[in-house]
Amino acid sequence: MDESKLLFTKSHEWIEPEGEARRCGISAHAQEMLGDIVFVELPEAGRKVSKGEEFIIVESPKAAADVYAPLSGEVVEVNEALEGDPALINKDPYGEGWLVKIKPDGTSGTDDLMDARAYKDSLEE
Amino acid sequence: MDRTEIPLIHEIPAAGRRGVLPPSAPPEDRNTAVEALPDHLRRETPPPLPEVSELEAVRHFTRLSQRNYCIDGQFYPLGSCTMKYNPRLNEKIAAMPAFTQLHPRQEEADVQGVLRVCHDMQEVLKPLLGLDEATAAPAAGAQGEFVGMSIIKAWHEDHGTGRDEVLVPDAAHGTNPASAVLAGFKVREVKSGPDGRMDLESLRANLGGKTAGIMLTNPNTCGLFEKDIVEVARLVHEAGGLLYYDGANLNAIAGRARPGDMGFDVVHVNLHKTFSTPHGGGGPGSGPVAVSARLAPYLPTPHVVRGSDGSYRLSTPEKSIGRMLAFHGNTGVVLRAMAYALSQGGEGLRAVADHSALNANYILARLPEVFERPFGSRCMHEAVVTVRGARKEKDIRAFDVAKRLLDLGFHSPTVYFPLLVPECFLIEPTETESKDTLDRFIAAMEQIAREIESQPEVLASAPNELPTGRLDEAAAAKELNVCCRF
Repeated sequence: MDESKLLFTKSHEWIEPEGEARRCGISAHAQEMLGDIVFVELPEAGRKVSKGEEFIIVESPKAAADVYAPLSGEVVEVNEALEGDPALINKDPYGEGWLVKIKPDGTSGTDDLMDARAYKDSLEE
Repeated sequence: MDRTEIPLIHEIPAAGRRGVLPPSAPPEDRNTAVEALPDHLRRETPPPLPEVSELEAVRHFTRLSQRNYCIDGQFYPLGSCTMKYNPRLNEKIAAMPAFTQLHPRQEEADVQGVLRVCHDMQEVLKPLLGLDEATAAPAAGAQGEFVGMSIIKAWHEDHGTGRDEVLVPDAAHGTNPASAVLAGFKVREVKSGPDGRMDLESLRANLGGKTAGIMLTNPNTCGLFEKDIVEVARLVHEAGGLLYYDGANLNAIAGRARPGDMGFDVVHVNLHKTFSTPHGGGGPGSGPVAVSARLAPYLPTPHVVRGSDGSYRLSTPEKSIGRMLAFHGNTGVVLRAMAYALSQGGEGLRAVADHSALNANYILARLPEVFERPFGSRCMHEAVVTVRGARKEKDIRAFDVAKRLLDLGFHSPTVYFPLLVPECFLIEPTETESKDTLDRFIAAMEQIAREIESQPEVLASAPNELPTGRLDEAAAAKELNVCCRF
């Protein structure tokens, strides 16, 4: 996945900017802050989520972190590979380490999401 | 330190040795027990039980225990955990047969002494916290939180408010949102400002018609006093919510400031922190709860009360949330806390708070610059510092510093908590450490600061001088293997 094309939240999630079902995950910065990820609690496919809702838990030896839904919609697919190998999130946060695919329901906007450059700048602050 | 590997007791090569030699069964009884077992339950071979003499067993476990890092041996500046010394007097009192030989099913008339201890503890807590009623029954801090939040829930249900949201700061202990959810609430997170204190704008934005209450620790987990607490209390009360005080950091203000005066309605106290009882470690703890008058009818049962004739008995408050555990709480822990309260007195408890803050500020003032102070140079009983600069410039993490401290003879402070400060340490020296000990710890941190500059590889590979080197924490979490198969 090309990082420069993704949209980011202040809380370090990313999501694909377009498409019916959009992949989302956590940023390279987020996985680096957490360290080695040892467990991921993913939602069931079919779950409806609202933007900003905690819907995934990511755990490392340091901490358990909530992942917030970057958009409102339905979780249509989850990354089953993470169950056996949660470290995929560390190895390839924008590729094989994706978390779920969300089908947006159009009720939440993307205006407050950042492009890759703006997100990177926000980390420098 | 002796660095040789200690084998598991099963692996000590001593086949045939015994600590105890039981007499042989008479021939006519042999095999009858075995024959009574169904075939499929009999083993083919004897189990590989440890085969050691009594002395070997004693030495094995003593060697293991000598590798334990413990407060009785060394400084343990674990922030938020309050690893303070437990005076031996507490243990002496708690070991008295008059207490140890009691049974919770005895008649009230026969156990007046221990009921009085529980009652007196309640009476100590009420003026210390500035609240109207208390119970010493909750069996741990976490249960105290659950009791407190259940009382808030019961109050709202009783008054038909329909409120079901609890606000929790992002810097809170993880137990806070967990207790709120367990008591049936939804949790909303309030942000901290750049000064490490609650952001009032975020608070206002989260308050509303669903707000049932807020859970706060003061001083907070950044070791800072929430200066706006009176305004916070006003806003939350005006919005129709109640205030819950997490007593985890009460040891910093005991005798100086009272949660009740700040506007809190419910408080839980961790006796091991403010009153020097042993850390539970999964064993018996105690988390008394105190409440304002309007919440007193909801306290759990059994509640110890004193009758007009001076006798003590167990009662059930009028609208009690019910029973939280089988009997009356961990009275042995309450007894230790009472022994501490009586031996310190009010002045003593205030001195405890003062010295805990003095010690933390002394460390904060003297640590080298590489340990940055995100919230300034003053703190309460614990201090946050971060090596985020060293992370960027030298790729040294808080974790590396923590491991190097072990080499230098110190347990690390808490690392990576509070979560809002990257690469942080939370240092809590407690009041029971002398200036000499603090100076030795500071000297170790100064050595590490020099190593970050000139020999970062020493930190990256630490610990280098202990029996066990750096462990793979991710593998330990994922590939747990603690099973010894027989």
